[in-house]
Amino acid sequence: MSTDSKPTIFIDPAKCIGCRHCEIACAVEHSQSKNLFSAIFEDPLPQPRIHALPMGAYNVPMNCRHCDGAPCVEICPTGALYHDKDGAVMITPEKCIGCKMCAIVCPFGIPEFDTLNGVMFKCDMCPDRRVEGREPACVEACKTGALQFGTIDGIVSKVRKEKAEQIVKLKEGLVEERYNGWDIFRSMQTVLIHINEGDSE
Amino acid sequence: MKKYKEVSIDPTTQQMHKRAQELGIETVWERLEKQQPQCGYGLLGVCCRNCMMGPCRINPFGGEPHRGVCGADADTIVARNLLRMIAAGAAAHSDHGRHVALTLLIAAEMAEKSKEEGKPTLELDNMASSTLPYQVRDVEKLKAVAKRLGVETEGKTVREIAKEVADIALHDFGKQDEEALTFLKAYLNPKTYEAFEKAAEKAGMPWFENGVLPRGIDREIVESLHRTHIGTDHDPVSILLHGLKTSLGDAWGGSLIATELQDTLFGTPQVIKAEANLGVLKEDYVNIVVHGHEPVLSEKIVEAAQDPKMVELAQKLGAKGINVVGMCCTGLEVLMRHGIPIAGNFLQQEMAIVTGAVEAMVVDVQCIMPATVDVARCFHTKIIDTSPLATFPGAIHIKFDERRADEIAKEIVRTAVENFPNRSKQRVEIPKEKMSGVVGFSVEAILKHFGGSLKSIEEAIVEGKIKGVAGLVGCNNPKTKHDHNHIKIANELMKRDVLLIGTGCWATAAMKYGIFLPEYTDTDNVGPGLREFAKEWGIPPALNMGSCVDCTRMLVLADLIARDLNVPISALPVVGSAPEAMSEKAVSIGTYFVASGITTHLGIVPPVLGGPKVVKILTQDLYDIIGAAFIVEPDPYKAAKLMYDHIMKKRKELGI
Repeated sequence: MSTDSKPTIFIDPAKCIGCRHCEIACAVEHSQSKNLFSAIFEDPLPQPRIHALPMGAYNVPMNCRHCDGAPCVEICPTGALYHDKDGAVMITPEKCIGCKMCAIVCPFGIPEFDTLNGVMFKCDMCPDRRVEGREPACVEACKTGALQFGTIDGIVSKVRKEKAEQIVKLKEGLVEERYNGWDIFRSMQTVLIHINEGDSE
Repeated sequence: MKKYKEVSIDPTTQQMHKRAQELGIETVWERLEKQQPQCGYGLLGVCCRNCMMGPCRINPFGGEPHRGVCGADADTIVARNLLRMIAAGAAAHSDHGRHVALTLLIAAEMAEKSKEEGKPTLELDNMASSTLPYQVRDVEKLKAVAKRLGVETEGKTVREIAKEVADIALHDFGKQDEEALTFLKAYLNPKTYEAFEKAAEKAGMPWFENGVLPRGIDREIVESLHRTHIGTDHDPVSILLHGLKTSLGDAWGGSLIATELQDTLFGTPQVIKAEANLGVLKEDYVNIVVHGHEPVLSEKIVEAAQDPKMVELAQKLGAKGINVVGMCCTGLEVLMRHGIPIAGNFLQQEMAIVTGAVEAMVVDVQCIMPATVDVARCFHTKIIDTSPLATFPGAIHIKFDERRADEIAKEIVRTAVENFPNRSKQRVEIPKEKMSGVVGFSVEAILKHFGGSLKSIEEAIVEGKIKGVAGLVGCNNPKTKHDHNHIKIANELMKRDVLLIGTGCWATAAMKYGIFLPEYTDTDNVGPGLREFAKEWGIPPALNMGSCVDCTRMLVLADLIARDLNVPISALPVVGSAPEAMSEKAVSIGTYFVASGITTHLGIVPPVLGGPKVVKILTQDLYDIIGAAFIVEPDPYKAAKLMYDHIMKKRKELGI
């Protein structure tokens, strides 16, 4: 099997703490000034291309998966959508006619409509940063490791190694319960959700 | 967080929330939904914004960043944030207390001045003159407070005693010596006092002179801000010890002064029957909702609404009369003292406006959502803000001044009455449900009811008829179904023969549910021992002790029992709980309960879980330091079990 050298943004919902820092960093990266303090005064205001969604006791950051056989690229009638050299799915706004077909076929609900310009916009994996060899803005902003950037092989092999280490430690009885405030919080959150979803007698 | 099946267990709130949705009005539950997901750094308490090198946050999964720019770790940050919450809560209660003490002082000074002008002397000396904006309605209480404080009352006029008591109270706010607060020394039993003195030493910090005994109410709050400034206090133990101290300044200082002097000015609550829930709003009347926390103004509103001229004006404009109802703790203050009906607790403030039948919501301070102004815009309702320190954009500002209390109260009532013709009758929908209950259980009323001492309660506890006492307090929080935890925990404890006392939004929830009716003892939610005891004494199985600032009534009661048994408060089979905690005041109350020796449950997870050492101190180490600690448990059934287990443990330790 050949290795995939194209970069991807990997998501770990268990580590998403819901701070939405990724959303802010994404919007700033896609602003004219690329600076938070001036971006908030721009007109139009820059919009994020990633969204952290609350799902029960978990949060799930949703962004473009940059699919290999991307349905959005295939369906676009004007060829506005294409894969760039890193495999990122990009939009040429000049070619976009705002038909929203890409949004219709996207399995993840990613492409959004820019009402002001009548075109679609979506995650572009921060091309300016890629040129400079930097990771995307959302990944850089994420301090918990819920978002990671790299090749799929690199990330998966890292996860595999971590799990293998845990198995060995488990076998040797070395696993110590590491304090994790977020996990404790989440288990309590589950209780609250259970109460709130129930009937009142 | 997922959408609710029902936002509340209360039918009026369910109905009004549905009504709000039909009308497209956004309420607290929709705003909570829009805030999701809420930032986990904040939820865990590991976000620090105390200096401009930051903001900093710590990775709760063990990875980098481990420290803020200054080097503070998760525990330091969590402890500092918690101390700031305690300080803010203590500040809110205590500033309320200061306002009451100043009101008493102003009234006494005005009496003195009028006397110099040659007005009738006796009435002014008795502080009973109607020319004064405030009278001393409970002279007996004033004398009792004076006696506790060591103020000589013999041969002195009421005016003189009032001035001396107010001076001592105000001195406790700003005094600079190292002595404990005068009020604390006057009210606290020696054994608990000793526990406060030794707490810091037990925590390994002997340099805390006088342990966690608060020296000045304002001073401890200021010191909290100082300690949490960049580069000052970093040890979670010392930070939290000062948290105990600050909260004790609230408990046995600011809040206590508020309660005791409010009783002096407006009368000490006595047992009285009254009604609760949105059904107390009347379709044909001018409805005025008094909302907030300070009774200094609402007392005057109640008076002004009874003014024949005002009633006449209301009738001229087509109403049958004027109906003043309460909301939140202002509501509880006038409920306890005058039997004024209470329309609801914290999460019902917007719901009251959605009835379309409220002419004016008169607000003072604390727990008033700025959203009330937005909801009121959808109706004819006027929001009138009255406190110089709480201004609401879009509201009518009629600011209060104690010296002109009657005049201002009349202006407010007139504004409400004149708004009646603007009511759109077809948009009115008032829920029918309301519930009556027996309230007014101040410490004095309890003593009176039980024949002058707490002996009967203590004997019932020793006998095991009552297993112990639980103090339930405070708040609603939209994160948990409205009133759900309040009622479940109450029932689960009463089933286990635990006598309940309570205040604040818990008390309003309990009242709406019928728990303050003596008949409630016949339900399956009350155990046989508690049922027998309640029937014997003709009381409901739970006692409403007032507003959240009146949590001090529960402390004073616990102190009296501790004195009788000659033990510190921490030895008593007593627990506390804030099942739906929300405010910083609740954090201060929870902390001062624990600091006073009462193990306390929180039903909402406070923002501390990011600091493992802090969590250990709060839930375990405090038992050794002060004799009580926190229990955090969102499940009401499990929580009640844990609280009951604690009571049983204390019984065993006492050998009963």
